[in-house]
Amino acid sequence: MQQSPAAQRVVAHPIVEIRKLSFGYDAKRPVLRSIDLAIERGSVVGIMGQSGCGKTTLLRVIMGALRPSAGEARVLGHTIKELDREGLYAMRRKMGMLFQFGALFTDQSVYENVAFPLREHTDLSEDLINDLVMLKLNAVGLRGAAHLAPTELSGGMARRVALARSIALDPQLILYDEPFTGLDPISFGVIVRLIRELNDSLGATSIIVTHDVQEALRVVDYVYFMAAGRVIAQGRPDEIRQSSEPFVRQFVNGSSEGPVPFHYPAPAYDADLELATH
Amino acid sequence: MRVADVRARLERLGSGVTFHVLRLGFASRFLAHLVMHSGTALRRFRLTTAEIYFAGVLSLIIILVSGLFVGMVLALQGYETLQRFGASESLGVLVALSLVRELGPVVAGLLFASRAGSAITAEIGLMKATEQLSAMEMMAVDPIARVVAPRFWGGVLSMPLLAALFSAMGIFGGYLVGVQLIGVDPGAFWSQMQAAVDLRNDILNGVIKSVVFGVAVTWIAVFEGYDAPPTAEGVSRATTRTVVTSSLAILALDFVLTALMFTGGTHQ
Repeated sequence: MQQSPAAQRVVAHPIVEIRKLSFGYDAKRPVLRSIDLAIERGSVVGIMGQSGCGKTTLLRVIMGALRPSAGEARVLGHTIKELDREGLYAMRRKMGMLFQFGALFTDQSVYENVAFPLREHTDLSEDLINDLVMLKLNAVGLRGAAHLAPTELSGGMARRVALARSIALDPQLILYDEPFTGLDPISFGVIVRLIRELNDSLGATSIIVTHDVQEALRVVDYVYFMAAGRVIAQGRPDEIRQSSEPFVRQFVNGSSEGPVPFHYPAPAYDADLELATH
Repeated sequence: MRVADVRARLERLGSGVTFHVLRLGFASRFLAHLVMHSGTALRRFRLTTAEIYFAGVLSLIIILVSGLFVGMVLALQGYETLQRFGASESLGVLVALSLVRELGPVVAGLLFASRAGSAITAEIGLMKATEQLSAMEMMAVDPIARVVAPRFWGGVLSMPLLAALFSAMGIFGGYLVGVQLIGVDPGAFWSQMQAAVDLRNDILNGVIKSVVFGVAVTWIAVFEGYDAPPTAEGVSRATTRTVVTSSLAILALDFVLTALMFTGGTHQ
């Protein structure tokens, strides 16, 4: 059964724990309001919701790019608020992040992109770096594209190279920011498969922030639904599909009718058309 | 009504001044952070040499060709004036001093700002817009140390070399027109130049100017790129600002440096 959104989920081995977390760029406009969530080690968890609901902001708090205004975020055993710059960088070395459009370094080849974290954070020999880069590129099926420039790749291939780069240091936690945006159905299927396969083979934990709900429900173990900066529903994919929560139903079914109105808030129509009676 | 107008104008002026002072403060902190985190750029010097290639070597054509033409024009104009006073044999001195003291650093600086400065701003701005800098941050790599510092030091080291090459090419252009075309005596051209151009007062001061311009232009370029809004319009505006601000900074700094260096009758 789907849990009450307000309930703090209890997991046996949490890798991310967020309690009563609020965040706002200024005091008047809170983006996240009293969020509670817990992510089990080894799972693939989806954070879903409309564009602008605060899910990417939540991801940025988890990666330590933003500091919570109130509440607590514990990631990989560290309290985000207490970390200094060195602590934050040490934590990020155990994390991988896939950006929406890959964010590959355009002045470097595919090979150099994947080798980048290895060169920056290790003293490995060139032979060993070569072996690791080929291993990671093979895992995403792009060993043959090692010599290409990022500009020669399709959107799906770029996303896969970025994935290979984000797992170069065998992270414990992999974050995906809208990984399915703008992909054709085949690339889509490949990315969905890779997220699951890499998570299980690396023994990592994955957090996927997305609004592609049907596809994401195929790959995740647990889902948090967000609206207007709050978690409004959570549960396993089968529970979410059967949810009676009106917002979740509208979102899962992709309906234009429901609690999310079609019209952006506006003054009365006749006033805008200057039809008001005198 | 008029009081309100005056007040509104004063408020606009105040907010404009505050904005620019804040931005200058932010840029200064950025420079301090950059210098303190330059270890990677200096330890892995290959990162900096790659940037010397992009900022310096790729600017060579425009610098050398411009230097040649500026020197040739100086010789033509200079001869025209000098021969009225029967001093056409001092043409070498005029060309060399004009180039080494002023035109070399200033014109090379202006060309460097439009060729390399704009490219640095656009590159860093686009890296920011396409989340490449955020990706680096997420990989626990400081983008200021890894991306900005090598470009800064690459520009700072390239600029004096480019100014020196500009001056050398200008003197050669002056020789071509003055000696080869017009027929000034080559012995007088070179020996008067050698006697009149002083190593410390002229050449060293010219080098100091070019180093200062190099720091100013590259600082403005990397800051504008890093501070650019991550949109196409933001990057385009930042690139324009780099060229405009750098050019004005070069001209203003040139006045200040010239006032400090060449006044007080220390030069013979």
